Amino acid sequence: MIQKTAAQMADALAKGETTSVELTQAHLDRISAVDGQVKAFLHVDTEGALAQAKDVDARRKSGEKLSPIAGVPLALKDVLAQRGVPTTSGSKILQGWRPPYDSTVVSKLKDAGVVIMGKTNMDEFAMGSSTENSGYGPTFNPWDLTRTPGGSSGGSAAAVSAFEAPLAIGSDTGGSIRQPAALTGIVGVRPTYGAVSRFGLIAYSSSLDQAGPFGRTVLDTALLHEVMAGHDPKDATSIDSPVPAVVAAAKSGDVKGMKIGVIKQLQGEGYQKGVQARFDESLQVLASLGAEIVEVDCPSFEYALAAYYLIAPSECSSNLARFDAMRYGLRVGDTDGASAEAVMSATRDAGFGREVKRRIILGTYALSSGYYDAYYGSAQKIRTLIIQDYAKAFTQADVLVSPTAPTTAYKIGEKVDDPMAMYLGDVATIPVNLAGICGMSLPAGLADEDGLPVGFQIMAPAMQDQRLYQAGAALEAALLSKWGAPILSKAPELKGAK
Amino acid sequence: MALPTYDEVIAKWDPVLGLEVHVELNTNSKMFCSCATEFGAAPNTQTCPVCLALPGALPVVNEKAIESTILIGLALNCKIAPYSRFARKNYFYPDMPKNFQISQYDEPICYDGYVDVEIETEEGPKQFRIEIERVHMEEDTGKSLHVGGATGRIHGADYSLLDYNRAGIPLVEIVTKIVPGTGKYAPEVAKAYVAELRDILRGLKVSDVKMEQGSLRCDANVSLKPIGSDVLGTRSETKNVNSLRSVERAIRGEMIRHAELLNEGKKVKQETRHFQEDTGLTRSGRSKEQAEDYRYFPDPDLVPVTPAAEWIEELRATLPERPSLRRKRIKEEWNVPDKEMAAMINADVLDIVEATVLLGADPTKARTWWLGEISRIANDQNVAVADLAITPADVAELVALVAAGELTDKLARQVVEGVIAGEGKPSEVVAKRGIKVVNDDGALMAAIEKVCAEQADTAEKVRGGHLPAAGALIGAVMKETKGQADAARVRELLLGHLGQASN
Repeated sequence: MIQKTAAQMADALAKGETTSVELTQAHLDRISAVDGQVKAFLHVDTEGALAQAKDVDARRKSGEKLSPIAGVPLALKDVLAQRGVPTTSGSKILQGWRPPYDSTVVSKLKDAGVVIMGKTNMDEFAMGSSTENSGYGPTFNPWDLTRTPGGSSGGSAAAVSAFEAPLAIGSDTGGSIRQPAALTGIVGVRPTYGAVSRFGLIAYSSSLDQAGPFGRTVLDTALLHEVMAGHDPKDATSIDSPVPAVVAAAKSGDVKGMKIGVIKQLQGEGYQKGVQARFDESLQVLASLGAEIVEVDCPSFEYALAAYYLIAPSECSSNLARFDAMRYGLRVGDTDGASAEAVMSATRDAGFGREVKRRIILGTYALSSGYYDAYYGSAQKIRTLIIQDYAKAFTQADVLVSPTAPTTAYKIGEKVDDPMAMYLGDVATIPVNLAGICGMSLPAGLADEDGLPVGFQIMAPAMQDQRLYQAGAALEAALLSKWGAPILSKAPELKGAK
Repeated sequence: MALPTYDEVIAKWDPVLGLEVHVELNTNSKMFCSCATEFGAAPNTQTCPVCLALPGALPVVNEKAIESTILIGLALNCKIAPYSRFARKNYFYPDMPKNFQISQYDEPICYDGYVDVEIETEEGPKQFRIEIERVHMEEDTGKSLHVGGATGRIHGADYSLLDYNRAGIPLVEIVTKIVPGTGKYAPEVAKAYVAELRDILRGLKVSDVKMEQGSLRCDANVSLKPIGSDVLGTRSETKNVNSLRSVERAIRGEMIRHAELLNEGKKVKQETRHFQEDTGLTRSGRSKEQAEDYRYFPDPDLVPVTPAAEWIEELRATLPERPSLRRKRIKEEWNVPDKEMAAMINADVLDIVEATVLLGADPTKARTWWLGEISRIANDQNVAVADLAITPADVAELVALVAAGELTDKLARQVVEGVIAGEGKPSEVVAKRGIKVVNDDGALMAAIEKVCAEQADTAEKVRGGHLPAAGALIGAVMKETKGQADAARVRELLLGHLGQASN
């Protein structure tokens, strides 16, 4: 049962072939069996999940009209607040905190009857690309347990890839959904900025953060997308317009006559050979399906990484100021006579990891008087240029494409002491965040040299998320018939699995 | 060296003012969340994930606060920006939950306005134009209560308690441009400006404008430059100025303090100072020599404020009568002399006098009570007239009692004391104290004869034509009759008794 797609599970539930309790229990069993090796979860809410499953089964029995994925279990990135359930954003500074409120995404999931099984591991406050920056230890890539699953939503991606959950939610500030999706052989979508409410999403970089869905197929991902998106008056940056028809697009999956733009700057040099090969091959598949492939020029993308590493740290230096030991979370050094300042300082020193401190310091510097214009101000200008590059490119193509990440999954510890090398892994995903548009990563096959998954990235203009699903579903179907079986069937069996 | 006198200060130095007024709006909910804003609720009962800055919570702007701010801007003759943004002001302090304050930085919603204020001078009424630099929106902080230690300040306290009820209450900050050219009138001009602002805000019904509760707070920037010089001196910023009277006192005190330093060849430190109500002096607070770096940047959680031009015009059409015009109207309707009008404004009794008149009292009588006896008591008790336990209705009743001949002015003063002491309405005080006018000439004559016998020498002087001596005798008679006699009638009878025709 756990090998099925979420759409198949939903179908079985609707037909009464299984119950949500059964389905949830099967996944909880899988988690018990394999998560000791994968370490995708920080917290498994066994009781809560089964209670939700029981509730949705009862609602179904009473004849209530349910959402298409009601009763399907899901793994939630620990960045999202869930009432009463430990929520840490991967940081020691929030160890033991149980939110008194639900994020809007969680409310929507609950309303839709989606069963939340637990909270998944992540780079601390979503700062990182390998999940190694978690305050609670790394997550391991189910394809090769010596490698990272990517990040920062590595726990969510690994959980879906390892069949611990059919669906998961991540958040994507610079590629944190798309890159781990690529590295674990699954589908991940970063929706248009403002399409999914950020209320209750623990902020890293407010102008770039966006929660989004993971699934093993394009359709599964669309089903979750439709449930979690929509206008929210509690988020001032939320877009007040209807959710694009992503499920319909995923079901149609047609690229005939579609113009697909290959971004000149996001390929070739710096991209692993096997990654480039699978990307080129996918382009040929799309062309064979009737798409027109064009090349587009986005000259400002060269500066995207630099702009990102000024904007995101600047915003995070302010967003993370609230972790001060006064109202919640860790408190260190509160001995007799210690001043509030001393307690704040000791708590932040003990509670934040190295990468978080590095970015807070970077951002504090970039916003300082006398440096603001040179750093934060310039970065905002680059952001405008990138938006203009995209706007121009989208006059030449309906969607744009690139490899999702320059490499396949790398070894745990390989880049941990070289932040620049780690940052370069986000070069292809970051422009989407800076422009506030949407992007998808879906499996393009395995790299010849290491047999690890390669991701194919599709980008579409703001609130045109359905185009991602339309193109993605077409490519997925063509590749599936070429491979003969889903790519995850090629992953090695995890020990302990039945 | 002794402190220079105020006259010595202004003979040599020219003050330059800058005033920052914070106004708490009286919206039902907070600036960025739906929490209640009532004053005086139990600590931390008016909080939510947003104003406690729980992880993940996001601010959403209160539309009513924007409307109130635009109204304020319009009433202060400001331009309203078609596009303005919120910015984060970053600094750590335990009573600020996010450790940044959402404010407006280089893009305020209202800018470039002015307020005209009038003060009474030796040369007659004089008008000053105070130019407004900006009016912007921000959120208030929580409150810290530092327990233990000698000073009640964070340093030296045993522990601190935090109340976040106030965190996120909408604040509007009204900042003047520098105000030069007020000379010796600087303290009065500043006070008149804050009073005018308060009147305008009250008229707009956007704030409770209660200085003592902190819903209107004034920071006064003062610097001195030598008379005739164009070079601005170093300023100090005085906070904690909690009444109109304190605005005047604080500025006067700072002018004297600055002059003393400058006269001695010392430098004025650029710093924040705290006004102390009891001494009228300021004490040093945070030093601002090293300007704090607040790392302002546009708040990415909020969208720009873009009020439609039609909306602004709709709001402009709802502006109430401008207080200065209202004063002109009142002056004419009641036929008030300049000096009396200025006195009423200075004493801040115009609203209360108008309320008394609206209850039927004669304008002159109403004014005389509030400005005279009642103001004197307020002064003695060091409180505002409005805070005394006497209402316009009480004064209207009092005026009616005097007009009906049931009280003399002197007796009415006793009644005022009684009302203020909490003894009830004027009629109740009259009843309880047994106050009544003694109209019985027989009783008065008995008292007169008694007094003239006791003070035979004085009586003899009056009999001899030395009329000023009669005052002492009248006083003694009044004392004898416990003040319940009509002094004019006593005089008449006394002079008759001593063979002097009364006039």
